Amino acid sequence: MIAQSQSQDELRDLYRELILDHARSPRHFGKLDGATHSAEGINPLCGDKLKIYFSIDADGRISDAKFEGSGCAISVASASLLTDTIIGLKTEAALNFFSAVISRLSGRSEDGEQPFSKVDLGKLIALEGVKEFPSRVKCATLAWHALNSAIRNESDTVSTE
Amino acid sequence: MTMSEQINKVTELATRQSGVAKFRQDFPCLAQTISDHPLVYLDSAASAQQPLAVIEKVADYHRHNHANVHRGVHTLSHRATEAYEGARDLVQTFINAGSRSEVVYTSGTTESINLVAQSFCRPKLAPGDKILITHLEHHSNIVPWQLVCEQTGAELLVAPINEAGEVDIDNLFRQLESSVKMLAIAHVSNALGTIMPLREIIEKAHSLEVPVLVDGAQAVPHISVDVQELDCDFYAFSGHKMFGPTGIGILFGRETLLDAMPPYQGGGDMILEVRFDGTTYNDLPYKFEAGTPNISGAIGLGAAVSYMQTIGMHAISDHEHELLQYMTGQLDQVDGLRLIGTAADKASVQSFLLDDIHPHDLGTILDHQGVAIRTGHHCAMPVMDFYGVPGTARASLALYNNQDDVDRLVAALTTAKEIFR
Repeated sequence: MIAQSQSQDELRDLYRELILDHARSPRHFGKLDGATHSAEGINPLCGDKLKIYFSIDADGRISDAKFEGSGCAISVASASLLTDTIIGLKTEAALNFFSAVISRLSGRSEDGEQPFSKVDLGKLIALEGVKEFPSRVKCATLAWHALNSAIRNESDTVSTE
Repeated sequence: MTMSEQINKVTELATRQSGVAKFRQDFPCLAQTISDHPLVYLDSAASAQQPLAVIEKVADYHRHNHANVHRGVHTLSHRATEAYEGARDLVQTFINAGSRSEVVYTSGTTESINLVAQSFCRPKLAPGDKILITHLEHHSNIVPWQLVCEQTGAELLVAPINEAGEVDIDNLFRQLESSVKMLAIAHVSNALGTIMPLREIIEKAHSLEVPVLVDGAQAVPHISVDVQELDCDFYAFSGHKMFGPTGIGILFGRETLLDAMPPYQGGGDMILEVRFDGTTYNDLPYKFEAGTPNISGAIGLGAAVSYMQTIGMHAISDHEHELLQYMTGQLDQVDGLRLIGTAADKASVQSFLLDDIHPHDLGTILDHQGVAIRTGHHCAMPVMDFYGVPGTARASLALYNNQDDVDRLVAALTTAKEIFR
């Protein structure tokens, strides 16, 4: 029974209340009219498909963000938390969050160092439960890769595969 | 039914299950824990585990008998060739093919279907011709036909299904009458488990002179297959779904058809004589086996066939049929669970959704309790579109599963409900 409770604890750590709340009632859900930037994130293995929209004003501040699409609880909650976090930020600050989230969840840093480990993730820390579930890291990072791609204007669609 | 009759039935069921399920101990991969729970493997439709008999046969070949086949006069080459060709004979008997020339080794079901699409259909197809498939097909029985349609201007027709996941036979019969040059159809649906009424369908197709390819990947591990009784023209299946290795499969083809077909790939082993002004192709089945083949895979497949024959296909079918009924009944009692695919005649597979929990979340929660199922679109996206779902959770059975596995699945689903409450 010890094994059972330990694995249930890990599951509850993955599906924290905050994650379930954002999965059930995603914030900033829908299409953003007049968006200046957008990108689609696709997880072909799972069929998760999210589109993220941003309005970035002249001085590089994200004035609004929305997302739409469908996916598992982790990918939807992550996208919802993302929009909640980055509205009002300058794009550089949003990209810092991207790097911090990727490095924290996948255990690897974008530039080989760990310069983002000191970024205060705030409520994004709720995503940390995926570290025990390697096959689900891509669900949690899908929206973040789309954010990175949209801001850098690299491509319209990012894939986790 | 009286109480004592019920008890007798339960006892009889338990006895018979221990009859086949006792073979579980032959599968070393099943004897392990995942996240500290004993593994419950309910994903055999994706890939079945291998019994020790297969693992050891392959290892023995690598350890003692490895050499290239059909080449050289030395002892090892002779042994390898004997084992490789011996496996072909085993497969021939297993599916009751009329001749060993009709049993072609491929890399799997996918290559078997592509071979038929390119070598049999492509040279014959013209704009306006039709290829008929069903809405239930796996992507590997859709995309090869789309490719050959693009290449030739032929058109792909799709026979519709009903809510239970059964093909609408009347509609399929009508579609067959519209200049169809090939019917390609699954024997058992991988996403839903529906068994197709193939004899009736093939009889009708042949009355209209339409050749039939059967995708048997999900049938061969579960039900007795007799290609002569089915009277199909081509039958494709994979080794790894039937307790054999990956990367090996079979294309059964009617000898007269195979004989008239051009080779699929050129290379060594598929030739009798090569000159720069022209090459003479080898006899069947070697004409379709260019290059050094997957020798150990074929030998492993032969061992898997022998293993299944020892248990007996009818015993396997009966065991799985009763277990599937038990599983479907147990799942149906889970509050908030929606069964996807409720055809009258099914094998091995039950797809489902639980509340509004996304299948991938369900897959993770079950895996963390040691229960392995498949989640997602099962390489059958059109089936998912039909039901209006992004994917399903799918539990699939094999000869080594038992009632405990089903009970563990149901218990794990209860935990999922608690977490998502």
